[in-house]
Amino acid sequence: MHTGLLASLAAFITGLIESLLGHGFAAQLIMVLLEIIAIFAVISLAVIIQVYMERRICGFIQDRLGPNRVGPFGLLQTVADMIKLMSKEDIVPEKANRLLWGMTPMLLFIPAALVYAVFPFDEGAIFADIGIGVFFVMAIMSQGVLMFLIGGYASEDKYSFMGAMRAVAQMLSSEIPIAFSILAVVMVTGSLRMSDIVSAQTNVWFVCVQPLAFIIFIIAMLMETNRTPFDLVEGEAEIIAGPFTEYSGMRWALFFLAEYANLLAAAILTVTLFLGGWQGPFLPGIIWFIIKVLIVIFIFMWIRWTFPRTRIDQMMALSWKVLLPLALFNIMATGIGIYIYKWIY
Amino acid sequence: MEIVDLVPEVLKNNVMITTIDGLFKWARSNSLWPLTSGLSCCAIEMMCAAAARFDLARFGYEVFRPSPRQADLFIVAGTLTWKMAPPLKRLYEQMPEPKYVIAMGSCANAGGPFADAYSVVPGIDKIIPVDVFIPGCPPRPEALIYGMLQLKEKIRHPEIVQRTAK
Repeated sequence: MHTGLLASLAAFITGLIESLLGHGFAAQLIMVLLEIIAIFAVISLAVIIQVYMERRICGFIQDRLGPNRVGPFGLLQTVADMIKLMSKEDIVPEKANRLLWGMTPMLLFIPAALVYAVFPFDEGAIFADIGIGVFFVMAIMSQGVLMFLIGGYASEDKYSFMGAMRAVAQMLSSEIPIAFSILAVVMVTGSLRMSDIVSAQTNVWFVCVQPLAFIIFIIAMLMETNRTPFDLVEGEAEIIAGPFTEYSGMRWALFFLAEYANLLAAAILTVTLFLGGWQGPFLPGIIWFIIKVLIVIFIFMWIRWTFPRTRIDQMMALSWKVLLPLALFNIMATGIGIYIYKWIY
Repeated sequence: MEIVDLVPEVLKNNVMITTIDGLFKWARSNSLWPLTSGLSCCAIEMMCAAAARFDLARFGYEVFRPSPRQADLFIVAGTLTWKMAPPLKRLYEQMPEPKYVIAMGSCANAGGPFADAYSVVPGIDKIIPVDVFIPGCPPRPEALIYGMLQLKEKIRHPEIVQRTAK
């Protein structure tokens, strides 16, 4: 079987450990630990790179320079920010529920990291190629909203509480258009397995087959990841910083980390479902994957720094009155299309 | 003996050592996140400093945080009245340590043209401790950037600052 660069590397390392230990099971166990460490390293590194990217792209779009003094090209700026956040005082609000309040930033990182388990990074390079991959992603991504609610509620602060309520309203109304737009892709593929969805796009990417679903998915994903024009959860002109208002220092940095991990997950999901995953000519799969993900992240940032923030009622109206009916229509059209296709051939 | 001298000669080109204190000083001085707050017209100059022409973002100081819990630097930009003084002090107290204050403009420094008015605080150092005073009415964005860079030097070399007991 032909395997990609990453899968070959993993197989090579597994073989190496096995020859050293002389024990197959132990080698597999060590490999699983190594893979978990690798994915956490990738997420952390990606967050630092994304924050730097965001600030430079923001500067580029607003005709500024962006951070360029700390380290070469300002590359150490995010590192300085992270070290500073680690060294800040840890303030716990007097009336907050300490246990829930303190747990929330850590809990939020679990769903953000867990979705990476089913993403195909390269041919054969997928942690768990489960038969309900898409369903799993949807289920895990929905967990994030719970942490926002707990954190905002436990802060005992009106802005945190209102931010938490907004987070719930916003994420509930973005989940459903996302689910229905993915459903059209699943109908065309006939499988919920991530690797099947990627291999179904060998000849033509689903962005060409399902352009409407793609647009709905992108807009709803912007709502899901709380990015402008839908960053109402922390709309600073209205509710200070939303659910994060009371969090300082390292706790807030964890929220920040989860936010950018979610952005990366959204970009990977877009690439996997609509842009052919790791497939592409000449270059190895992982290189194509990284290029596509970076382009999608750039588009998300481009949208963020171009559009102003919407109002909460406008966002809800867009989601329930426009995106959801369009997604339902798209499913019907896809069903009819599949029926006609089968009838012709 | 300097801590740098502990590194063997052969490793000088490859190894960089510092103290935790030095690392934190470097990080804090390079990542001053101001609180989004403006009292009056100096705030317009503060916004201008962050915009395209002057670009505070070059130094990494453009992350204006709306919540005092995530801010490091309080730029008091404008006239402080006695009515506004309690909220200002509360905002300062809500910020986590280490925190810094810049008094921007003549009004924040010493009351400016309203120094004799019954309603204006004659200098915000009557209310909260101040690290850097920036004169001007209002100070130009360059002056604000220079003031922030002076604060950066102050964070890096705390030994040069002698606190006078009042």
